[in-house]
Amino acid sequence: MKNWVLYICYFFIFICFSCSNETIDNYSPTPSPLEIPQLFQEKILAPVIPIDNPQTVEGIALGKKLFFDPILSANQTQACADCHAPENAFTDNDRFSDGINGILGIRNSMPLFNLAWNYDEKFFWDGKSFSLEQQAFLPVVDINEMGDTWQNVEQKLQNHSEYPELFNQAFGTSQIDSILVTKAIAQFERTLISANSKFDKFLLGEASLTPEEQNGFNVFMDENRGDCFHCHGSENNPLWTDNLFHNNGLDSEFSDLGLGAITGDPADNGKFKSPSLRNLAFTAPYMHDGRFSILEDVINHYSEGLQNSPTIDPLMKKVAQGGVQLTEKDKADLKAFLSTLSDLDFIKTFKN
Amino acid sequence: MDRIASILLVFSLLFSCSSDDEKVKDVTINLNFSHVWDGESVSNTDFNTIKFTNANGEELSIERLRYLISDVTLKTVNGASIVIDAYNLVDVTNNTNLNFTPSTTISEGTYSSLSFTFGFKNEKNIDAAYQDLNSVSFGVPAMLGGGYHYMQMDGKFINNLDQEQGYNYHAIRAADNPGANPTFPQDTFFKVDLGSVTVSGDTTFNIEMNIAEWFKTPHTWDLNVLNQALMPNSSAQIIMHDNGQSVFSLKSTN
Repeated sequence: MKNWVLYICYFFIFICFSCSNETIDNYSPTPSPLEIPQLFQEKILAPVIPIDNPQTVEGIALGKKLFFDPILSANQTQACADCHAPENAFTDNDRFSDGINGILGIRNSMPLFNLAWNYDEKFFWDGKSFSLEQQAFLPVVDINEMGDTWQNVEQKLQNHSEYPELFNQAFGTSQIDSILVTKAIAQFERTLISANSKFDKFLLGEASLTPEEQNGFNVFMDENRGDCFHCHGSENNPLWTDNLFHNNGLDSEFSDLGLGAITGDPADNGKFKSPSLRNLAFTAPYMHDGRFSILEDVINHYSEGLQNSPTIDPLMKKVAQGGVQLTEKDKADLKAFLSTLSDLDFIKTFKN
Repeated sequence: MDRIASILLVFSLLFSCSSDDEKVKDVTINLNFSHVWDGESVSNTDFNTIKFTNANGEELSIERLRYLISDVTLKTVNGASIVIDAYNLVDVTNNTNLNFTPSTTISEGTYSSLSFTFGFKNEKNIDAAYQDLNSVSFGVPAMLGGGYHYMQMDGKFINNLDQEQGYNYHAIRAADNPGANPTFPQDTFFKVDLGSVTVSGDTTFNIEMNIAEWFKTPHTWDLNVLNQALMPNSSAQIIMHDNGQSVFSLKSTN
C-alpha cells in the first residue's frame, strides 16, 4: 500500500515538472512587426530585423522601459533617454553630452530614428558597432557615459521588483543578462520610425511645397549647386542618408580620426557617418562634434567653408574655392527645404 | 500481330532513348567582373592612392567605383535572342557583386554573341523603380530625367596647379535643359558585345574592365577640364558613352 501511494506521488511530481518545462519551451511573446511607412514600403528595401531578435509587444515594452530607466547607469542617475530625448528626435541639444561623472564626451549624441534601415548595420559616428544590439552594449559601460558594469546592471535588474517578470514575458526567462537587455533596447529603438514630415506628405500628395521649398529641393538635387543628394539621398530614398562614411571637409587636420581609428586605414581618417537630414529642427547642434549650432552654419560650411585634406571626399565640390558658392537666396531656400524634412508627429508620438 | 507489336515497341524505345541523349541541358552562366588599368590588376586595395596615369598624363586615384549592367543577352546562331531580364550593380569599392549569376538558365551550345547593356536601356531606366538601387542612393535627379546612374567613379587627380582635386566620373543618360522637361540629345547606355561564346555546363565568363579606357579612346579625357558636375553636362556624357565602347572585353571562359 505504501509503495502504491509512493508511485502515485512520483507520477504527479513527474507530471508537474513536465508541465512546467512545457510552459517554458512553448512560450512565445506576441509578434509585433514594424509598421512600415508607405514611402519606405514603396521605395526602399525592407528593414533589417535579426532572426534571433524578432519584434514583440513584450520585448518592445521592456526595451522602452529600460531606455528611460536610469537603473542602467552606475549611480542610477542617467538613462539612455538623457542623451537621446524624444523631444530632440532622440538626441539632445548639447554639443557634447555629460555622463554620470560630469565629464563631457567627445562627440555629439546621435539622433535615433529609422535605425532598422541602416542596411550595413554600422552604428555610431565612426561605425564601430555592428548591429543595433551590439551598439547598446557600449554606453552602459563607457566611463564617460553610464559608467556601470554589465555584471552590476544584471544584478540590479535581477533584484528589481518588476524586471524579472518583464524579461520572462519578453523572452521566456526571468534570468536577466546583458544580451537580453540589449535585445530589448534594440527592439524598442527599431520602432522609432520617422516618416511623416511635410516633404513625406508632399510626396504622398497630401501637401504642397512653397516656391522657396521647391527651389531649395532643386538646390539639393542640382550637381551644379548643392549636390547634397549623393550622400543624403533623394525623394526616392526617404532615409535622407546613405549611412556611409565621408570626410566632408570640416578640418585640414584631424583631432578625431573617426572611421580611421576603427579600421586603422589612414584613408578613412576624418570620415564620419552621414547623418539623416530628417528632423534637423530638433537635432541641433550639427556634425559629429556639434560644432555648428544653427543650420545656416552647416550650409555656409558646404558653400564656403570646406577645408582640404588628403581624405576629403571627392564628392565635395570646388574645395579650392571653399565650396559650392551658393547664392544667399539658394542658401535660404535650401534651409526652407531642409525644414520640410522635420517630423513633428514623430516627436509627439514619443513625448510623454 | 504480336511480333509486329514487339518490333514497334523496340523501335519506339530506341527512338525515345535517342531523343533523351540529344536533349539539350540547361545550365547557369556566371559573369565574373575583374578590373585592370592597362593590364595592371585593380581592386579596392588599390583605391585611395594616386597611382594611375591617364592618357592625358594626369595622375589620379580611384576612391569609389560602382556600375550597373543589365539585360545579359545571348544570340543563337539562328539569330534568336535570349534576354535575361535582370541587372547587377558591380561594386568594386565594397568588393560586392563582382560575380553575377542570373537565375535564368541557358541551354548549352554555341552562341553567336554574348552581350549586356552598360547601364539601363531607356525603357528600363524608370525613376524609383528598383528598391535596391534606391536604397544605395544610385538614382539620378528627376531634373535630369530621373532613373539611375550607369556608373559612379570618384577619385582625385593632380591638377595643373599640382594640387589634388576631386573628380566625379558619373555616367548617366545624357540630358539637356534640366528641369521639369529635360531633353535627351542621344542615348548614352550602350551594348557591350563580347563576341561568340560556347556554353558547356555551368559556365563562367571572365569579363574585364580596363578602367584606363574611360579616359582614352577615342577621346582623350582632360581631367583639368572635365572633373566635377558632369551629370548635367551632356557633352561629357556623350564622351563617356564613346569611350565606354572599348572598356570591356571577354578574357576567358571556364
